[in-house]
Amino acid sequence: MDFDIIFGNAARAAFGPEAVILALAAIGLNVHFGFTGLLNFGQVGFLLLGAYGTSVSVATFGWSLWVGILVGLVLSVALAVALGFPTLRLHAVMFAIVTIAAAEIIRILIGSTDAIGLTGGPLSVSFDAGAFYDLNPYPDGPHDRYGVGTFEFTGQQMWVITVGWVLVALVSLVVFLIVRSPWGRVLKSIREDEDAARSLGKNVFSYKMQALIIGGVIGGLGGVIDAIKTSGADPNGFRPQVTFFAYTALLLGGAATYMGPVLGAILFWFLREWIESFLRQLTAEAWLPDAVADFLSGSEGVISVAMVGLTLVLLMLFRPQGITGNRIEMQLDAR
Amino acid sequence: MWMRRLLALAVFVLCFVLAWAVPVSAQSGSEADSSQPTVLEDTLRVGFDQFFAGVEITVADQSGASIGRAVTDSQGQWSVAVPVAGTYRVSLDQSTLPDGIGLREGFESIVEVAVLEGASRAVVFAVGEAPKGTPFGDRAAQTVFNGLKFGLIIAMSAIGLSLIYGTTGLVNFAHGELVTFGAVIAWYFNSSWGELNLIVAAIVTMIVCGMLGAGLETGLFRPLRNRRLGIFQLVVVTIGLSLLGRQVIQLFFGAEPLPYTDFQVQERWEFGPWAVTPRELMTVAVIIAILLAMGLMLQWTRFGKATRAVSDNASLAEASGINVNRVVLMVWAIGAALAGLGGVFQGLDTDIDPFLGFQLLLLIFAGVELGGLGTAFGAMAGSLIIGMSTEVSTLWISPELKFVVPLAALILVLLFRPQGLFGIKARVG
Repeated sequence: MDFDIIFGNAARAAFGPEAVILALAAIGLNVHFGFTGLLNFGQVGFLLLGAYGTSVSVATFGWSLWVGILVGLVLSVALAVALGFPTLRLHAVMFAIVTIAAAEIIRILIGSTDAIGLTGGPLSVSFDAGAFYDLNPYPDGPHDRYGVGTFEFTGQQMWVITVGWVLVALVSLVVFLIVRSPWGRVLKSIREDEDAARSLGKNVFSYKMQALIIGGVIGGLGGVIDAIKTSGADPNGFRPQVTFFAYTALLLGGAATYMGPVLGAILFWFLREWIESFLRQLTAEAWLPDAVADFLSGSEGVISVAMVGLTLVLLMLFRPQGITGNRIEMQLDAR
Repeated sequence: MWMRRLLALAVFVLCFVLAWAVPVSAQSGSEADSSQPTVLEDTLRVGFDQFFAGVEITVADQSGASIGRAVTDSQGQWSVAVPVAGTYRVSLDQSTLPDGIGLREGFESIVEVAVLEGASRAVVFAVGEAPKGTPFGDRAAQTVFNGLKFGLIIAMSAIGLSLIYGTTGLVNFAHGELVTFGAVIAWYFNSSWGELNLIVAAIVTMIVCGMLGAGLETGLFRPLRNRRLGIFQLVVVTIGLSLLGRQVIQLFFGAEPLPYTDFQVQERWEFGPWAVTPRELMTVAVIIAILLAMGLMLQWTRFGKATRAVSDNASLAEASGINVNRVVLMVWAIGAALAGLGGVFQGLDTDIDPFLGFQLLLLIFAGVELGGLGTAFGAMAGSLIIGMSTEVSTLWISPELKFVVPLAALILVLLFRPQGLFGIKARVG
């Protein structure tokens, strides 16, 4: 059993592009759920549009990557507006289900064979993200590695995660500033008691819509990073469970806090990869009975996702405010 | 109240009558897998278990010069390595396809694809059963029957979700996993252990699922209610359970589709425009009987009245001497048993895989919301509409997109009637 490899894998996952994407998705959810009390279960739809907006603009229409990124973000805004109008007046639980349904509709449409000409359909889409990597300041030779021991990245990966974490920091700062402002206090008052906010003359619908758009664009940014990282997009990468993973990260770190979603995303990927690597190493051990090894081998990913589910249950039972959250702020009844 | 219930009942009856007053074989879809560098590849298949061997595929560059040729193996797989990145023209020789199999309507036998350096690219040919030129009326009749069957499966699975929401306010995202659990447990008794007849296995499954539901209530959800966890926390607990349940099922039963050993191949009986297998008839008859029994029970028996009283106002019901916890326990047991049976019927129709229930869950939610949250009859009617619209839409649109229709319908209905079709208007938002 080689703990160097296990920790190296876990650390790489915790600080790699996957964690950046999850952190952005969770920060967006934090604006929706943590600060406004909107139970958005379709966050993956925003990531999908961010990723596909970028990929399709470059791959199908031949536009520049920067235009593509803009298209991805504009599509996220469009989804928020289209989703918000029919659903923001619904009961919290109905809102949750309708948002899942909307994200699934988009995923099915984009992944269908009828859409092959536009989005690549089930074939997935790939494009040349060269415009992004041309700016890479890290030397990227075949032997250039950055990091210590088994925790190391290539030059290209370094560039993606540098941009990614800077983006996460900027977005967190923006969220911090706007939530601290009078505007943010209205959001929190809507979360605590919508009717009270309305009776004070606040246009609750409009504030909710603004929150939905801002959180959606942040999710869309996560999708853009995803598209750049993989130089493309695949419909299977945007199943509803991505939203649930983002919730896990958010609740792990602490909803309605500023650093919670970032901390949660890092921890989520660290633990998930740690479990997976640990199991993979474990099955190679000679002392393990063959029957157990056979049962475990090939199922490492399945078990680590099962652990995500277990984490959610245990978190809600014993520490609903997460690691950094405030218990009183998490007493809210979603509406 | 009475009008609504009557209206819900009328829709229910109408859907049923429609099915017999106005055929789809297994729908086909091809899927892509990829993993090797700079190659074009795919698996030629219909569904999960029908692969086509000996089909010729040729690859040419844009000037038309031939680059390579491949013949699918017994698993339907083929791949052609290409020298450089660029756009290639891939063509399928239709004459080498087996009889009765052809390209689906609207798809070409020549596909142009772009490949990147060092990447592999899947090329999908949409093959399926060749159109046989069935008259539109017959196809319509068959899709309506399929819609009825699918709607009934959704309705039966939805009863538990709706009643549990009504009595405790819990929205159970793990309900889909109860459905999957029913499907795999029945498979286990039917194919793996004991080789019970599927009917016996289904009864055993209902008992096991009912016990699981009762266990979840007493072991988890009742203590949580007593701790006064908020709605959101409870929803997240069920989401966690859903992820956990699905992964555990996958751990023990694998991700590959499993078939039941009974009732697989059956001769179709012809009734006018319908060609129906006895299996499908049995499905429809059993579910209608169960739904009627549930309806009568809710309306007339002591337990049914107590359930409705708890749904209306739990504290008031408790104060008038109803044992709320016992009612909720029964609701969980019955709801889970019916969800499990729904899984068995759905497994008979498709194949059993760990995502079976989660795929159904969104449609169950759609049915329950369409009818109005917490109304049992509304849930039945809503589910039938969802099932019917899913299947009937395949007359006009590609079957891949059929789940879009009910979900879009749900959003549209909520735009105009936030309380659902048969729900009671309450002030929301």
